[in-house]
Amino acid sequence: MVAATENGMILNGLRQSRARRAHLWLGLLLLGSCLASLAIGASGTSLWQGVWRALSGAEISQMERVILWDIRAPRTGLGLLVGAGLAVSGTVMQGLFRNPLADPGIVGVSSGAAFGAVSAIVLGGLLPVGIATVFGQYLVPVAACLGSWAAVSLLYVVATRGGQTSVATMLLAGIALGALAAAGMGLLIYMADDQQLRDITFWQLGSLGGASWAKLGAVAPLLILSVAAALGLGRALNALSLGEATALHLGIPVQRIKRLAVLTVAVATGAAVAMTGVIGFIGIVVPHLLRLATGPDHGPLLINAALLGAALLLWADVIARVVIGPAELPIGIVTALIGAPVFLWILLRSRGVMGL
Amino acid sequence: MSVEAREIDVEIGGRGLLRAVGLTARAGEVTAIVGPNGSGKTTLMRVLTGELRPDAGQVHLGGEPVGPEHAARMAQRRGVLPQASHLAFPFTVDEVVRIGLMSGLSAGDPALGARALAAVGLSGFGARRYQALSGGEQQRVQLARVLCQVWQPVRAGAANWLFLDEPVASLDIGHQLSIMQVARDYADGGGGVITVMHDLNLTAMFADRVLLLARGEVRAEGTPGEVLCDEVLSAAYGCRLRLNTPPVGAVPYLLPQAAGAGG
Repeated sequence: MVAATENGMILNGLRQSRARRAHLWLGLLLLGSCLASLAIGASGTSLWQGVWRALSGAEISQMERVILWDIRAPRTGLGLLVGAGLAVSGTVMQGLFRNPLADPGIVGVSSGAAFGAVSAIVLGGLLPVGIATVFGQYLVPVAACLGSWAAVSLLYVVATRGGQTSVATMLLAGIALGALAAAGMGLLIYMADDQQLRDITFWQLGSLGGASWAKLGAVAPLLILSVAAALGLGRALNALSLGEATALHLGIPVQRIKRLAVLTVAVATGAAVAMTGVIGFIGIVVPHLLRLATGPDHGPLLINAALLGAALLLWADVIARVVIGPAELPIGIVTALIGAPVFLWILLRSRGVMGL
Repeated sequence: MSVEAREIDVEIGGRGLLRAVGLTARAGEVTAIVGPNGSGKTTLMRVLTGELRPDAGQVHLGGEPVGPEHAARMAQRRGVLPQASHLAFPFTVDEVVRIGLMSGLSAGDPALGARALAAVGLSGFGARRYQALSGGEQQRVQLARVLCQVWQPVRAGAANWLFLDEPVASLDIGHQLSIMQVARDYADGGGGVITVMHDLNLTAMFADRVLLLARGEVRAEGTPGEVLCDEVLSAAYGCRLRLNTPPVGAVPYLLPQAAGAGG
């Protein structure tokens, strides 16, 4: 008996230390991904040497400078933040809904954000000039955040009864939300003029291609703040996985935590969607793989999700850039090609476990 | 040190679940709440733990008010075992128990998890997946988690509390006895225990005080000997019941075979 207990402690210790060691490995992976994202692209020339010279402070050519600094650096920064934001959003949503199938893309939260963004593009001109100036470049991200916030809140109210979430209700409500947002966007597109249509089409492509320092500056504060807030939710999400009543008995201020979690998901998803369109599956694939590898403890899980999500999105973007170069695939296609089969595999494994 | 509830009314959906219910539970004692299905036992438990705010009346734990807004302070004073627990993610047994460790004041004592598991007869289960355990084993893991939260019955001169909602409902008889003994030991160590009980025989064996509820009202309160008597139980449960007393020892017992007998 004693030996068995010690054995158990050792196994758990292994899982814990594995989760901590993963911080280091995933950090290195992310660093490598950033370098690859800077060096690999459609320009035809390999820029590894340029990246190396730039990092070591040596002279680089004007062309290298433009490609690296003005095009690829903001693109890499955007990919890093959006990937981290989406993966952390998924992890927080799954913790909040106590359910590993919750994902901003699947249950209509991204659609809500998209509706918000399109509303801002089409109807933004109707705002009084004063308000429009105050928001400036933040108008589309803020509208997207409002859209995703409305979607998460509605979803939570519909799918949660007595502190437990029904998986079926959540997924069905997500379908309804997605359809509603699509209908709303259809109406807005019908009302849009030519310039707005061009903006919407460009935005809907779901690409990191339009990244610039200005765009990055508009969403970086939102993404950094929401990811940082989410990283502090680990303890509370662990307690919440035992149900809302038990979390309360464990001393967690449940209502406040729920509001904070909803806000975090809404802001991160909204900011990501506003800049890159709807990029699916990062939020479900990343936390699921990490739970398999290092266990469900939300403390290390949230940090690892941010690192792996950022790395994964950067690689998806690299693939999108080179696979049909010099043209680019929309990155949403790449993440869907990777993510949708993984999602089906998760469903297959969890049949019967989650009341599906 | 005591838990005091005064004139508790709870109404949900136009139906009165509790009417003018009062309860006093003292540290050092096991207080059992018994009654037929739907009599309001679990509702009263939710009020006592601060999960549910009553429509009227107050609850105090050790002189301090109880309610959802005091969650953090109360978490250091009392642990709560719910009737059923659903776990969303594939945590191991050790990880579930550690969730209890994090909020209590004993946090940081890594040996406590193993001791709590030993107390509920689950030594060596630490590395197992919680979801792969049987219902009774899961219930005991949850009890270990609750024990971790308030491991010492008395801390700094003040009693800690265990609130248990049918702790032995899904257990076999051997574990029913050992888990009730854990509760008994906690009370004997100076802590307070309030437990919803289904089994009247275990109640008679382990409780110091019994509160009998029926249809949301208190029908009787007192020692097991005072509450567990033929007329009171028969009226509350709506069937004719007869208690017996073994030749040795004073604890009465109830056999279902004797129900309805003797006209």
